[in-house]
Order: sequence, then structure tokens, then C-alpha cells
Amino acid sequence: MHSKTLEIWVGFFMLLGVAAVAVLAFKVSGSAGTGGDVFRIEAKFENVGGLNEKAPVMVGGVRVGRVAEIRIDKEDYSAVVGMDIDSHYDNLPIDSGASILTAGLLGAQFVGLEPGADDIFLEQGDEIEITQSAIQLETLISQFMFSQGSDNKADSE
Amino acid sequence: MTTPDNSDLFTNPMVEISEMHFAFSERPIFAGLKMAIPRGKVTVIMGPSGCGKSTLLGFIGGRLRPNKGQVFFDGERVPQKSGPPLFTMRRKMGMLFQSSALLTDLSVYENVAFPLREQTDLPEAIIRILVAMKLEMVGLRGARDLMPSELSGGMARRVALARAIVLDPEMIMYDEPFVGLDPISMGVIMKLIRELNDALGLTSIVVTHDVAEGCSIADYVYLLGEGQVAGHGTPEEMLNSEDERVRQFMNGLPDGPVGYHYPADPYLRDISTIE
Amino acid sequence: MMDWIARIGGSGLRYLGRLGQSVLFMFQMLSGAFRCLPRFSLVIQQLYAVGVLTMLIILVSGLFVGMVLGLQGYYQLVNFSAESSLGLVVALFLVRELGPVLSALLFAGRAGSALTAEIGLMKATEQLSAMEMMAVDPMQRVIGPRFVAGLIALPILAAMMSAIGVIGGYLIGYGLFGVDAGVYWSSMQAGVDLVDDVLNGVIKSIVFGFIVTWVALFEGYDALPTSEGVSRATTRTVVTSSLAILGSDFILTALMFGGL
Repeated sequence: MHSKTLEIWVGFFMLLGVAAVAVLAFKVSGSAGTGGDVFRIEAKFENVGGLNEKAPVMVGGVRVGRVAEIRIDKEDYSAVVGMDIDSHYDNLPIDSGASILTAGLLGAQFVGLEPGADDIFLEQGDEIEITQSAIQLETLISQFMFSQGSDNKADSE
Repeated sequence: MTTPDNSDLFTNPMVEISEMHFAFSERPIFAGLKMAIPRGKVTVIMGPSGCGKSTLLGFIGGRLRPNKGQVFFDGERVPQKSGPPLFTMRRKMGMLFQSSALLTDLSVYENVAFPLREQTDLPEAIIRILVAMKLEMVGLRGARDLMPSELSGGMARRVALARAIVLDPEMIMYDEPFVGLDPISMGVIMKLIRELNDALGLTSIVVTHDVAEGCSIADYVYLLGEGQVAGHGTPEEMLNSEDERVRQFMNGLPDGPVGYHYPADPYLRDISTIE
Repeated sequence: MMDWIARIGGSGLRYLGRLGQSVLFMFQMLSGAFRCLPRFSLVIQQLYAVGVLTMLIILVSGLFVGMVLGLQGYYQLVNFSAESSLGLVVALFLVRELGPVLSALLFAGRAGSALTAEIGLMKATEQLSAMEMMAVDPMQRVIGPRFVAGLIALPILAAMMSAIGVIGGYLIGYGLFGVDAGVYWSSMQAGVDLVDDVLNGVIKSIVFGFIVTWVALFEGYDALPTSEGVSRATTRTVVTSSLAILGSDFILTALMFGGL
């Protein structure tokens, strides 16, 4: 009957909608493991520069988590960056270093982790001791002036 | 005003309107309207265009509320009702709209079945029988699969009539049922109004400005004018009335208490100010 | 001069009056929407009218928009040797802005105007009054299902537009300019966030769906019951809802992405 074709069309419409959402979720946003289990670690920096919440946390260029919060430590006024690390990266050594780096020309900042060598791994609530702050333009220039022969490229903002 | 000796008609009336006042924004429509609709009869409400005849049906059906006064339907106060109690009351009323108001996306069958589907949980087989019975009454059982756009004006009105009576109401209201119909369709509608009233024991209210048709089916006639009842009585009493306003309307005289001229400044002053 | 001020005051008051009526209508509409849910077949009928019938125009225009984004994006990015970011640019534009906004504008033109005309016509031919007299609440039977259908249909249409637009950009980037297919998709996946971008886009289109359907149904319900009144109401639906879409898009974007 008439209402049957109508229902088929609406069903087709809904299916196509689900397919479109699936394309957006998996093909476009590539949401591998989003919303999965994470554990929180922290690191203190003197200066976080232009780092934003939700910026990626990378190890050797591979994304392992994201910045969850940035706040000020009330005692020593350093910047505390809380990072949610995907729980299947549970073998990052506790003596890993964290530095705030800039990606490419566009200048979005992210946290890069440099794995250490310890047998003890980072867990929920741990703090990374070895950190390097964001590179400020002024610092960069002075570093450049004192560096001998290193071919640093000066990023301009 | 005539003082008819019809007091036996008005014991326990179906609808009673007392001292009703109503105005659309600034324009007064009713000023102290008093009226009673006798049970089991065909009551015709007549009046010039724009006098609020059709609006009156809105008050009886509870779609409009008076500024002042009271409307009783079967002894219940209509304006004080809203929500489910109002809907329960409306199930005792049927209404035939001037434009027939058939639902354009439903077939004739589905239109007549609409109140049954909405108001009852009857199985499809029973709905089928009921719809066939009502369509047979209006002579359109053969048209059940047509869409409203395929119907002539008279047929659409008959389908709407079948829909209005499908829940077996106690009262049915007709809003300008004769407008825009050819003489044959008009005759059919007149016959149906009379037959349904007598066969189903309904109370009928017919709003119209056609004097001849109105008088020929009426048991009782009300004439509205200037927000009040200008005259009432049986059709014979009305046709032989001495009252100026009643006579002007019943005989269609161009001038009388209802003036030919729209109220204006003195004519001479208007044309003498041209420079 | 005083006349002029009086006219401003008068139209201001009329406008406020209509605004009040529309808010009142919104509450009736929402209550009708809840009460119509048990009879979901009514919603499905309306999903056909507002969703399926709008789908084709959304898919076709989504494809073209994606292709244009591919062209324009490529021409600009190639200046910075950044054509590897083409996928990211196309996807962000579509998912965050163009998908929700353009589909809402098209929806207002295609489905919104049809809703207004339909409701206005039902009012002009006394179908709504007849329903009331048959003890059927038009809010539950007519308005509610259409509102729910609009609220469901627009986010789906917006997702379709974004998805097909991304594919359109791919056709241009990969097919015409030879951008590496893997780079196109991976730059997109690295830069587009499910929550920040996709979900916010969906939230936008839900808000737009609410606004467009509300405006369309109100204008139809409030139309003067004449053919002129209905045609004016249809025009007003397209104008009002388009303005409301763009205005609320600004506010939503500021709230979602501006860190306000």
C-alpha cells in the first residue's frame, strides 16, 4: 500500500543518515579510541606558551593522548599541565621527559613525551619531573645568537 | 419583536446563551445576546453577512470565549471548559464547516473514519461497517476511494456531513451549508439536514443567510442583527412579522432600518469642499 | 517626527506581541510533540515529507559545495605548499559550518516553506477548526509530529551534506589535482575531532532544526486564513528562519569554538 513505500523511503533515509554519521565518525574524524579509558598524568612547566587544552600529546610523532587541563600551581606559580593518556600506552617509563613543541609552520603547540629508561611505568596521578617549557620567541633568538653552527630555523609567528 | 407562543419548545433547551457580550479587538460582535436552541428541532440562525452568525457556532463549540455572559450546552457551561472535559463535550457535537474542511491528504473513507480512529479503539472491520453506513446515508458509498480534490463542492459537503455524524452526536451545527452549491446539491443537503434531524433525533443548528432555504427547513428561526436577536419565531411567524427589521431581511428590501448608505459625513459637505 | 517615533513604537509593540505568541506556541508545540510520540507512525509520515523529499537537494548541493571547497582550498593551499592539508580544510569547513548551516538554509527553503504552506492551508480551509470540533487536538495530531520530524531530519541531512561534501572534495583533490588519497584522509583524521568538531556540528544542526521547524509551524499556524495570508507567511518563514539560522550560528560558534 501507499504507506508501505513511504515507510521504506523513510527507512532508507534513516540508513543513509546512519551511514553519513559513520563516515563522519570513522573516516573524517578517525576517532580511534576516543572516549576510551585514559589515565591522567601531570607535568610542571615554567611556561606553557600557547598550549591549549585538547592539544595532542605525542611520543615520536604518534598521538598517545591529549591535554586535559592547564592550571597554575598555587605554591610555586608554575604551570601544571594535566594529560589524559590512552590506557593502552601503559608502558611509558616514569623518567620520561615532557616538552612543549610546535608543529610545523602553522604553529599549533603540542606536548612531546621523550621516553626514559626506567622499569617503572607512568600510572594514574604520576608527575613527569623532566620538562622543557615552550620555546618563546625571545628565548629562541637568544639561543640562536649563542649557538655555534647549529642550523636552527627560526619560526616566525 | 414577536412574542411567540412556543414556550413548550424551550423547556430544557439543548443550547442556551444568556447575556453574551463579545468584541473582536475593538469591534463589538455581540451585545447581550440571548438565545435558546430547542432540542430535537432544526433551528435556523439568519442574519446579514458579518453579523457574527458563524462566530456564534465558535462559542457553542467552545472554540471562542465570550467577554461576558454564559453559554450552556446540555446544561453545562461551555466557556469554563478546556482540555479533556471540553473534548469530551465536543464528542456530543458534530459540525459541518462552510469549506467542508475535509483533510486533504486523506481519502473519503479515511476522512469519515478519522473521528473513529482518533476517538475509539474499534477494530478495522467495525470501522469499515460504520463508515459504509454513514456514507450510504449521504449517498456516497461509491466514492469512498476518491480524494477530496476529486469531489465536487456538494459531494465534499456530504462527505463532511457523513464525517460529522460518524460518532453519532446529539447535536450538529451547519455553517452556511448552502453557499456555493448548484440547485440539485442544495436540494440534497436540505433533504439530508431534515432527514438526519428526524431519523437520528438530532438537534440541528443551521447558520445561513438564504431566507427561502432557511425557512423551508426550519422549525424555528432566529434573526440576528446589531449583536442581538432581532426577531425569532416559526418560519410563518417570521415571514408575516410586523417588525421593520425582520421584514426588511426576510423580504430582501434594499433600504430600511439597515440603511443603504454606509454611515458618512453629510453628502453636500463632502462634494462642496472640492476646490 | 512624532509620527515616525509612534510608528517605530507601534511596530515594536506588534513585534513583541508576535514574539510572545510564538513563545506560547512553542510550549503548546512541545507538549503536542510529547503527546504524539506514542503514535510514531504520524512522525514517520512527516519524516517522509520533510526528510526524504529534502534529501536529494541536500545530497546534490553537498557534493557541489565539497567540490568547490576542494578547488578553492587547493588553489590557496598550494601557495604555501600545504596541499596535503586539503582534506583537513574541506572537512573542517563542512563539519563545523557549511554542513549544518547550508543544510539548514536549504531545509528552510524546501521543507520549512512547505510546512508553513501546508499548515496555513489547513487553517484557511478550516481543517484545524474541524479537528478541534472532532475533539482532536491539532497540536498533537498536526503540529507535534511535524516538529519531531523536523528535529530528527535536519541533523541527519546535515550529516549527509558533510559526508558527501568531503567525498566531493576528495573527487577534486585526488581526481583533478592528484593529492595523495592517503594524505587527504589522514590529514583530516588527525585534525578533525569527534567531539569538538563533529558533535558540535550535530548540536548546531539540532538547534537549527528546532528553530526552522518552530518558525515554519508558527508562521503557518498564525497565518491569516486567506491565500494571500498563506503566501506571505511562507515568505516570512524563509526570511525569518534564514536570519535566525545565521544569527544563532554566530552565537553557537562563539560559544563552542571561541572559548567563551
